[in-house]
Amino acid sequence: MRVGLLGRKVGMTQVYQEDGTAVPVTVLECGPCTVLQVRTPERDGYSALQLGFADKKRARANQAERGHARKVDAEPKRFIREIRQDGPVEGIGAGQTLTVEVFQGIAAVDVTGTSKGRGYAGVIKRHGFRGLRASHGVKRMHRHPGSSGPSADPARTRKGIRKPGHYGHERVTVRNLAVVRVDPSNNLLVVRGAVPGPNGGFLMVRQTNKV
Amino acid sequence: MQNHLLNLVERSSMKETVPAFEIGDTVDVHVRILEGEKERIQIFNGVVIARSGSGTREMFVVRRIVAGEGVERKFPLHSPRIADIQVKRSGKVRRAKLYYLRERSGKAVRLKERQPAKLTAEAAKAAKAAKREVRKSAKQAKAAAKAARAEASAASE
Repeated sequence: MRVGLLGRKVGMTQVYQEDGTAVPVTVLECGPCTVLQVRTPERDGYSALQLGFADKKRARANQAERGHARKVDAEPKRFIREIRQDGPVEGIGAGQTLTVEVFQGIAAVDVTGTSKGRGYAGVIKRHGFRGLRASHGVKRMHRHPGSSGPSADPARTRKGIRKPGHYGHERVTVRNLAVVRVDPSNNLLVVRGAVPGPNGGFLMVRQTNKV
Repeated sequence: MQNHLLNLVERSSMKETVPAFEIGDTVDVHVRILEGEKERIQIFNGVVIARSGSGTREMFVVRRIVAGEGVERKFPLHSPRIADIQVKRSGKVRRAKLYYLRERSGKAVRLKERQPAKLTAEAAKAAKAAKREVRKSAKQAKAAAKAARAEASAASE
């Protein structure tokens, strides 16, 4: 079974190992999550656990959401995601609550979230272009992309040329982050490195599938 | 600003008691150094010229003059490699960052020593009383010695 939970990014800090090395870490508030539904191959065509995290006011939820939560005797949830499983899940049923303890003994996780939105960004920020020179006759084109292709032949811009446009606020997965600490009493999971999104952003944390 | 959950994690890797020292103090920083298998403690002596950061990320900068050349080392305050910080001398300074010391050399680098903090009224009274007591006992001892001398001289006559 692939272990997974939903949570929220708390923020980054650093902790010291015993030998004095400082480890950059991100603190995640993970769970408790309610299993809202178990997807089975017979009914749904695939196996997965549908989890819900963070309660929502009943008045804010629509009838469908309320009914879905009522089936497992839970409050409507703000954040619902499915954790895909390789095979049928055993030992976990709808209505059960999962806490951060599921990560005990797991060495690394993948974290999926929505990255910070940058709005309409130029090619330097968005694609890492170098821009034009600061001087030597460059005229108000310092952060421009330069040429976007040949001229008369093919007389059009080739598909896939990197251009300015909307950047960020997209689904990003960071894989293989080492688990530094699991703190069940405060529902905290501490992982090494950065995770997508702003502090307070919702995240899906899964046991890594990287070998 | 800081989130309490973040503080929980930070506190676990912070030292429970941090040695008290201030900007301008001359300190001995005891640094644990691994040499192959053996661990030993190296002492870096100098003036604290800056403290920065908060929580586990707090750092301090110590400056000293080695062979006429200024050397600065920046230490993480909560690192387990910092075994101890001992204040050798307190400097009287009016700034939080003593970067101006970098432009100075020779005698100009010296800082005036800071006098110990002013005592509270009660403590001052107690100190005064103790002093009086000491003086009193000294007077008595002196008088006793005088009497003994007089007695001795009388006896010899």
